[in-house]
Amino acid sequence: MQAAAQADGAGAEDQQYLTFRLGEETFAMPILMIKEILEYPELTSVPLMAACVRGVLNLRGRVVPVVDLAVRFGRPQSLATRRTCVVILEVLADGEQLDVGIMVDGVNQVIEIPAADIEPPPGFGAKLRTDFIRGMGKVNGGFVVILDSATVLSINEIAALGATMA
Amino acid sequence: MDMTPALQIFIAEAHELLEQMEQSLLLLEHRPGDRELLDAVFRTAHTIKGSAGMFGFNTIVAHTHQLENLLDRVRAGEVALTPALSALLLRCGDHIGTLVMPAVDNLSLEASVIAVGESLERELAQYLPAPPAADRHSMAADLATFLDGGPPSGEPPPVAHPASASMADDYAVFLDSAEPALSQPAAMVWRIALQFGPDVFRNGMDPLSILHYLATLGELVNITTLWGRLPPLAEMDPESCYLDMVVELDTMVERSVIDSVFDFIREDCQIRLTPPSSQVQAQLADLDALAAGPAKLGEILVAANALTGAALATALAKQAAESQPPVRPGGPRPLGQILVDAGAVPEPVVDAALARQQQTRQMNGQDTKLIRVDAEKLDQLITLVGELVIAGSGTFALAQQAKLGNIMESAAALLRLVEQVRDNALGLRMVPIAATFQRFQRVVRDVSLELGKDIELVIAGAETELDKSVVERIGDPLMHLVRNAMDHGIENAERRMASGKSARAKISLNAYHDSGSIVIEVSDDGGGLPLEKIRNKAIERGLLAASANPTPQEIQQLVFEAGFSTADAVSNLSGRGVGMDVVRRSIETLRGMIEIDSTEGLGTLVRIRLPLTLAIIDGFMVGLGTARYVLPLDVVVECMELSDLDRHSVSERGFINVRGAVLPVVRLRDAFALSDPDEPESSRTQGEIANGRENIVVVRFGGLKAGLVVDELFGEFQTVIKPLGKLFSYLQGISGSTILGSGEVALILDVPGLIKRVERTRPQGCVVA
Repeated sequence: MQAAAQADGAGAEDQQYLTFRLGEETFAMPILMIKEILEYPELTSVPLMAACVRGVLNLRGRVVPVVDLAVRFGRPQSLATRRTCVVILEVLADGEQLDVGIMVDGVNQVIEIPAADIEPPPGFGAKLRTDFIRGMGKVNGGFVVILDSATVLSINEIAALGATMA
Repeated sequence: MDMTPALQIFIAEAHELLEQMEQSLLLLEHRPGDRELLDAVFRTAHTIKGSAGMFGFNTIVAHTHQLENLLDRVRAGEVALTPALSALLLRCGDHIGTLVMPAVDNLSLEASVIAVGESLERELAQYLPAPPAADRHSMAADLATFLDGGPPSGEPPPVAHPASASMADDYAVFLDSAEPALSQPAAMVWRIALQFGPDVFRNGMDPLSILHYLATLGELVNITTLWGRLPPLAEMDPESCYLDMVVELDTMVERSVIDSVFDFIREDCQIRLTPPSSQVQAQLADLDALAAGPAKLGEILVAANALTGAALATALAKQAAESQPPVRPGGPRPLGQILVDAGAVPEPVVDAALARQQQTRQMNGQDTKLIRVDAEKLDQLITLVGELVIAGSGTFALAQQAKLGNIMESAAALLRLVEQVRDNALGLRMVPIAATFQRFQRVVRDVSLELGKDIELVIAGAETELDKSVVERIGDPLMHLVRNAMDHGIENAERRMASGKSARAKISLNAYHDSGSIVIEVSDDGGGLPLEKIRNKAIERGLLAASANPTPQEIQQLVFEAGFSTADAVSNLSGRGVGMDVVRRSIETLRGMIEIDSTEGLGTLVRIRLPLTLAIIDGFMVGLGTARYVLPLDVVVECMELSDLDRHSVSERGFINVRGAVLPVVRLRDAFALSDPDEPESSRTQGEIANGRENIVVVRFGGLKAGLVVDELFGEFQTVIKPLGKLFSYLQGISGSTILGSGEVALILDVPGLIKRVERTRPQGCVVA
């Protein structure tokens, strides 16, 4: 009984997503991998890196890279506004846990999307690389794109992008 | 029942001892017949056996026992220490190493390990005379059966029940099988009174295994068990020990050996060793019963009831009188002498008391010499010191901004102290490279046998210290280089003779400090790099243009290129370059640099340059627009203003004339492709005008010099290095980051990387030394 309840509880958390805006679109990411949300701080830009790496910030003594999601999605660089935020995520790279920040135009809310309401990514026609999309979540009759953080924030891929530039 | 603390000591000690044994054995190969080394090997084997016996690790005891017997024969000169035997002994050491962990984890051994052990023991047996060998073997077997039959440590001892008799039988069995060779007729009987502490089982110790071990030192003539402390059955705690024993041990070994048996239980137990013979036995025994107590001879004697307080006072007064003028010829007599002369105390007792005093002093000395510290704690300390440095620099910067003279002064004083703390804290992590180097003695020995080459390893600068984290990560690259040198660098004996070299080849490992870095050199006197072949290979692989005319130096560096280390290259190119790119990469992750210097036919030298520490450096901060960059201070040679004339020269030709010498110069802004849109050209020019001029920082690394053009110079700055992480692993020219007092992140420039970039983008012919 108790175990089942716990499983349910965990399931509920599994189904929670943070939605945020990028331009006019809304995206979602599972809440479990999100560590914290910061107001957009002063960043130190790192030369010779892929354009999507906006820079690094000081997170209580640790240096954390910040990725501009818009650039990563092949759009123009986002401009920092009052609502711009950095969402700090935990990602895995070669079995190592790393903190990475993503720069978004604004954070909306935490919503619940039951697994049954998640459709597989469209085969074609999306404006986004399909491997960036984990699924399409049905919310209030519309769709939000649930991002696949492993590919969107693939450390190896982004690092290699920088290497080709240098 | 928590056995871990004692076991951890056992594991650490076993490994240390095995390492010592290996080193001594290797040295013995060079200095056969060195009695001290032989004794050292014997001692280590003996100690391992002893502590293993204490924990009841029978396999280790049995194996080490064989080893010890053989060593004993070598010591007695009955068996010669041939290279074959020495190899066997080394393998035995390795085998003991493999036995330690399974024994501790109480795992059964894998069949392969057992097989190795058995074959080693068979080989050992060949060196031992047949009948005694059989005897000894049966003794080991007996020992094993006996140990197996004994209660596992942790269970109540078979004491409280009528089993005393059966226990005595057990002892009897044991006594029968005790090694006859050791019970010399002239041996003396020691009386050992053991009073086990109630917690002895809880601490993971089994008194029985002490007895087993004592029996290996000689013959147990008599064991009397005293159960006076045994409470009524209802009150008895089965996990407590209530037993005392008086053991009579007939042995030839020295007191310290017997004493060392009790190393693991000393804290819990009262141990009284009574040496054989003599009329002063009781007094001596009392002396020994004293814990590390009084430090003065007189006090020791009084405490041991060998002297009354009044007699001591008289003697002391006498001594004081002698030190008054007129001074007695030869100075005042020592107190002991006075006491003996006065007949107050017999001489042997004074001697024993003096020995005791000495021992106490030594023990106190050892206590202060070394402390084992958890590496984790040390790392935490370093991290904290790092934060302290950042905070200190921040305070100082604020004081400077506010132009508060007295606060600046106090902040500066504080910062100086913090710097000292930093240096000390970092010093804690510095370890000599000796241990890393020493490992290669064995490697060189084994591989040279395998290759059939006669190679000698020469080690220099082993005392050079560097950061522990660097030491840990330098082993593999060094291994690669040494193996490479042995395998491919050094020719076979015939070829060496033909080219007029000695048949015995030499590989050297050398370490020394040089301008803020540590340099490690691996050199051999082998065939060197075949330049022509490398050149051809490089052209074939597209690493070099066919028309290019590189210097020998440049050709040699090609072996570090990634494309070079293919299997194909191995067969074609005397094999050099195998995994050299891997070596280079691991050195570069340590913020180091590697270069190769080879003369064809004469040998090769690989030089690794590493930073002393990975945690904190003295930095030099420069500014580029609003961005801040930090250079390691020890690469900065000088700074100068960029004159209008030079500015022109930089943009036209990429170098300037500094006091008659050519200095290649790069604009940091260009190197980093910084023409960011939020800083348009016009505003930048204005900024420059506002700030005055641009500046040049002259940097140097490994014989190369270059100038970096930056906007502003901010001066020295304590820099705690924060790694940038995986995302930036391909980034060249920047080695890490640091956090400024303001909380901003500044990037640390990677000077070797920058110089390399400058060289690559520069037209040929501009290399300046």
